Amino acid sequence: MDNFIFQALNGLSSAMFLWLVAAGLTVAFGVCGILNIAHGSLYMMGAYFAFTSFQILGLNFWLSIVFALIGVGIIGFLMERFFLRRIYAQPIEFQLILTFAFILVFDNLTKMIWGTMLIIPTMPSLFQGTIPIVGRPFPIYNLFIIGAGIGVAVGLWLIMERTWWGKKLRAAASEREMANAIGINIPALFTAAFVFAALLAAIGGALSTPIRVCDSGVGGAVIIPAFVVTVIGGLGSLKGAFVGALIIGVISSLCTLYIPFIELFILYLIMAVVLIIRPQGLFGGER
Amino acid sequence: MTWLTNTLVLSINSHRFKLVWLGAFIIFLFILPLFSGDYLLYMVMQMAILCLLSYSVNLLLGYTGLLSFGQAGFYACGAYACGKVLLAGASLLPGIVIGVAVAAIAAIILGFFCVRHTAIYFAMLTLAFGMMIFSLTQKWVNFTGGDDGLIGIPRAALNFFYIFNIKMDTIPAYYYFVIAATLIAIYILYRILNSPLGLIFQGIRDSETRVSFVGISVRKSRLICFTIAGMYAGLGGALLAPLEQTITPSASHWINSTDPIIATLLGGMYNFSGPIVGSVIYFLLKDIIVRFTMNWMLILGIIIIILVLTFRGGVMGAFRAYLLPWLKSRLRQGA
Repeated sequence: MDNFIFQALNGLSSAMFLWLVAAGLTVAFGVCGILNIAHGSLYMMGAYFAFTSFQILGLNFWLSIVFALIGVGIIGFLMERFFLRRIYAQPIEFQLILTFAFILVFDNLTKMIWGTMLIIPTMPSLFQGTIPIVGRPFPIYNLFIIGAGIGVAVGLWLIMERTWWGKKLRAAASEREMANAIGINIPALFTAAFVFAALLAAIGGALSTPIRVCDSGVGGAVIIPAFVVTVIGGLGSLKGAFVGALIIGVISSLCTLYIPFIELFILYLIMAVVLIIRPQGLFGGER
Repeated sequence: MTWLTNTLVLSINSHRFKLVWLGAFIIFLFILPLFSGDYLLYMVMQMAILCLLSYSVNLLLGYTGLLSFGQAGFYACGAYACGKVLLAGASLLPGIVIGVAVAAIAAIILGFFCVRHTAIYFAMLTLAFGMMIFSLTQKWVNFTGGDDGLIGIPRAALNFFYIFNIKMDTIPAYYYFVIAATLIAIYILYRILNSPLGLIFQGIRDSETRVSFVGISVRKSRLICFTIAGMYAGLGGALLAPLEQTITPSASHWINSTDPIIATLLGGMYNFSGPIVGSVIYFLLKDIIVRFTMNWMLILGIIIIILVLTFRGGVMGAFRAYLLPWLKSRLRQGA
């Protein structure tokens, strides 16, 4: 039982990374209607920027997160403004191929800039140490991640439900033409939404640097579990993405404990079963 | 002189003109081993295999309007099945046939679920199934050899009930086999796509509703299309196994499904010869770019971005839309 609780907590902290990636994916899909395969690469860029400012420039942990946010925000802006905007009207197949091309570009750019070195995690002194949970040392940083993930979820909910901008986003998501007709500047809103999505990925990436090894292949690796999560929760549903991330994070972490042999298989099986039985996902249809 | 240019103008689009090109191309393929080294033959075989995969993708994407991220799964099915059969000591033909059959069965079973969806859900479901196959090949160690894969697959002889027995251990011998198999497969696909069935596929791409109004089962037609596509991917894999003599799980990774998508896009997806042109260009580009720079992926990415934003018809599409009219007008002016 202790094993179970401990591993479930571990799963919860990895679920938060999934959630941060999936949240941005969901915002970009829900508002702009774009399924951004390169979203994992934005996460990766976030990690690289945070690492650079923390390790090389020697900024503190919080400033390095801000640095990552600015960097990835600019990349997101350029990506939407000059490339994705031209493709909204095309069939979804072209969007998938275009964003896939960005994976190649980003992977290679990181290789050019940072070399093929691995980013070895360095824990800021603030979060060093562990606290005992069910008699075992649990890293403080993992608790922080769980808190941060929930914080982002609450913040997103507040932005979406309680602010004027969130209202406009929801309006554009559900009825693009109508929103345009009543005077919302849709192209500008789309750019803003995409940048916002990129920022969410950047937070995830930046928070991952202290505990996860990051290399130039992470972009393609992190996006597939995020797809699993968004599909399970329902494409375009933030609530779904959060619940999906919790389900997948905890299940995969428990699978590693009890049946490590088929962990990956189970994840994709869940994804396939959800797609077959309920393609709109657990929370699809409601936003 | 006028007469000559006029016939040239007329013939550029004509069937006979295409046949002459095709004949020259096939003759070139068959005399290639006479004057080229093994490396070039190996490259051409890789191109042929990529070409089969691209046809598999193009059948779904260009003709039926479905983007699959799971074709690498069927490719791996064909490769592993063929590898297993050859390792058991069978000759080449049963290996290839069983490889294709296993891929076809997998495609029927998985396709049954996939064809219920279109667009994004189809792409996601094929991705999920492809990755399920990937995790199987990686984790089912007793059968697939795990991360090491199948090692030492023999390039078995091609024999048929003592009627003929051709050794395949040299590269040129196997080259002829691969080229023949690929050409036959492409010809069969050509016939399929120019049959009523092929028209149904294109009809589904253009308007699903209208096709179903005519009384055709969209889902069943899609399943047939998905199965054929799976068989072509499987054939590619089955041909790969004896060529490489090893098969590793990375063959079934979803990243591998994107190579044929890119090749198809390069060549032109609404064009029958698009996948051939695309695979050849893809390999040549890769070979040339890798010589000059390490940053092959960056350049490839930029090429795809430009293609998607401007030339969605690919090289063949651009040829038809721009080069052909230009050529014609030049010839007319000459006359």
